[in-house]
Amino acid sequence: MTVIRLTINQKPIDLDPPGNRLLIETLRDELHLTGTHSGCDTSQCGACLVLIDGQSVKSCSVFTGELDGAAITTIEGLAAIDNFGEGDSPLGRIQTAFQQYHGLQCGFCTSGMVISASELLATTPHPTEAEIRHWLEGNICRCTGYQNIIAAIMAAATGSGTGEGGESHV
Amino acid sequence: MYEFSLSTPTNLADAVAQQQDSGGKYLAGGQTLVPTLKLRLADPGHLISLRRIAELRTVSEADGFLTLGAGLTHHEVARSVLVQHRLPFLARMAGAIGDPAVRNRGTLGGSVANNDPSADYPAALLALGARVVTNRRELPADEFFQGLFATAITEDGDESELVTAIRLPCLRRAAYAKFKHPASGFALIGVAVVQGDEDQVRVAVTGSGFGVARLREFEAALSQRFAAESLASLSLSPDEFASDSATSADYRAALAKAMTADAVRQIIQGFF
Ligand SMILES: Cc1cc2nc3c(=O)[nH]c(=O)nc-3n(C[C@H](O)[C@H](O)[C@H](O)COP(=O)(O)OP(=O)(O)OC[C@H]3O[C@@H](n4cnc5c(N)ncnc54)[C@H](O)[C@@H]3O)c2cc1C
Ligand code: FES
Ligand code: FES
Repeated sequence: MTVIRLTINQKPIDLDPPGNRLLIETLRDELHLTGTHSGCDTSQCGACLVLIDGQSVKSCSVFTGELDGAAITTIEGLAAIDNFGEGDSPLGRIQTAFQQYHGLQCGFCTSGMVISASELLATTPHPTEAEIRHWLEGNICRCTGYQNIIAAIMAAATGSGTGEGGESHV
Repeated sequence: MYEFSLSTPTNLADAVAQQQDSGGKYLAGGQTLVPTLKLRLADPGHLISLRRIAELRTVSEADGFLTLGAGLTHHEVARSVLVQHRLPFLARMAGAIGDPAVRNRGTLGGSVANNDPSADYPAALLALGARVVTNRRELPADEFFQGLFATAITEDGDESELVTAIRLPCLRRAAYAKFKHPASGFALIGVAVVQGDEDQVRVAVTGSGFGVARLREFEAALSQRFAAESLASLSLSPDEFASDSATSADYRAALAKAMTADAVRQIIQGFF
C-alpha cells in the first residue's frame, strides 16, 4: 500500500487504500459521503457519478489507488462550485432547478444526474434539449420519465431556475 | 473482488518491468476490466495502471499517418483537433462510444487490446488498414485482430506485451455506421467503409458475434463501382453472424448490408 493524497470537496485528505478499494467504497464507507449512490455496481446506471478533475466518472469503476493528486467533487461539494444558488442556500443552481422543476421522485438517480449535468453545462452552457438527452445516455432513472430532469437542466442553463417561485412542471 | 495490489508507473519501461515481476495485469480505463474483476473472472494479484504514462497519451502526424497513443481516452480522441481534421469519422465514432463517463475513462488501447466482438474501434482500424504498435512490434490490424477477444497478443501469450500506439493512414473518404443495441449502446452491427488509394475499398463489420471481420464481397463490388446500388444484388450469409438474445443471425446479416450502404452514402454525400 502507498499513501496517496486526494482533494475531496476542496479538502485535502491522505489515504492508504488497498489495491482493490473502489472510489465509491472510499466515499461512502470510509468518508460517509453517502450522497453518491450505488445503483448497479456494473458501470451501467450512472447513480455513482462524481467529478474527477472536472470530468464525470463512475465511482464504481475506478480504484481509489489510481487517483493520487486528483480533485474529486461529490454531490455534497457541488454547490460550492455550482454557486448560482439562491443566497445562502446549500444547493447549487442545478440542484435548485431540480427542486423547482420536480426533476426527481425517489431521488436515487439524482446525484448522478446533477453531477452529469454540471459537466455538460461547464462545457456547453446552453445545450439544446437533444444535446441534454444525448448527454444523459448513461444515467438511468426509473421514476421520472426524464421529462422534468431535462426541463430542470434547461432551466439551470438559462438561469430561469433560480428566480422567485419558478414555474414548476412542464 | 479478489485482493490485489496496484501500481501507477509513470513510464513504459517501468510498467513492463512491473508486469514481468508481478505477473499482473494492465489497467487502462477499467471500463471493461473492473466489471470483470467484480465477477471474479480474473485474479490478477497485481494491477499496473497505465494512466500516468505520458508517452501513451500523445497525438502526432507524419507522412500521411496519425499516431494515437494507446492511453488516449475516447473523449480525448473525439476532441483532438488533429483527429477531427484528418479522420473526422473516427472522432465522431469515439464521441459516440458508451456515455460521457465511459468516454472520460475508457481508452483506445484498452478497446483494441480487449477486441470485444461488439466494440467500435476494431472495425474502424481494420477498414483503415491501421497498424497496431506494441512495445515489441508493429502489426497490421488484419493480423492483430484474431476473433472473439483474441489478438496477436493473447495468442502469443506474452502478458507483458503492451499496445502503445495505433498508426492510422489519413484516408478522408471513410465513414462508420452503427446500429446501437438500444440498452447497452454497443453496436448490434457497426460497419466501417474506407475508400483508399486507387479507389480500393475496405469494409469491416463489428457485432457479428464472431469478432471483427472484413466483408470481401462488398469490398470487391464497391471497388468496382462506389455506390450503395452496387450492393443490391449481394447478400451476406447468416452463417457468418450469430443469433443471441438480442437478435437473429438473419437480421444481423441484413443490418450489416444496410449499415454498409449507409456508410457508402455518407461518403458520397461528403459527410465524413
Ligand atoms: C456502459 C458501457 C458502455 C460501453 N459502450 C461501448 C460502445 O458503445 N462501444 C465500444 O467500443 N465500447 C464500449 N464500451 C467499452 C469501453 O469502450 C471500454 O473502455 C473499452 O472496451 C476498454 O477500454 P479500457 O481503457 O476501459 O480498458 P480496461 O478495462 O482497463 O482493460 C481492458 C483489457 O485490456 C487490457 N489492456 C488495457 N490497455 C492495454 C494496453 N495498452 N495494452 C495491452 N493490454 C491492455 C487490460 O489488461 C484488460 O484485459 C462500453 C463500456 C461500458 C461500461
Ligand atoms: S453504480 Fe456505478 S454505474 Fe451504476
Ligand atoms: S428519481 Fe427515482 S430513479 Fe430517478
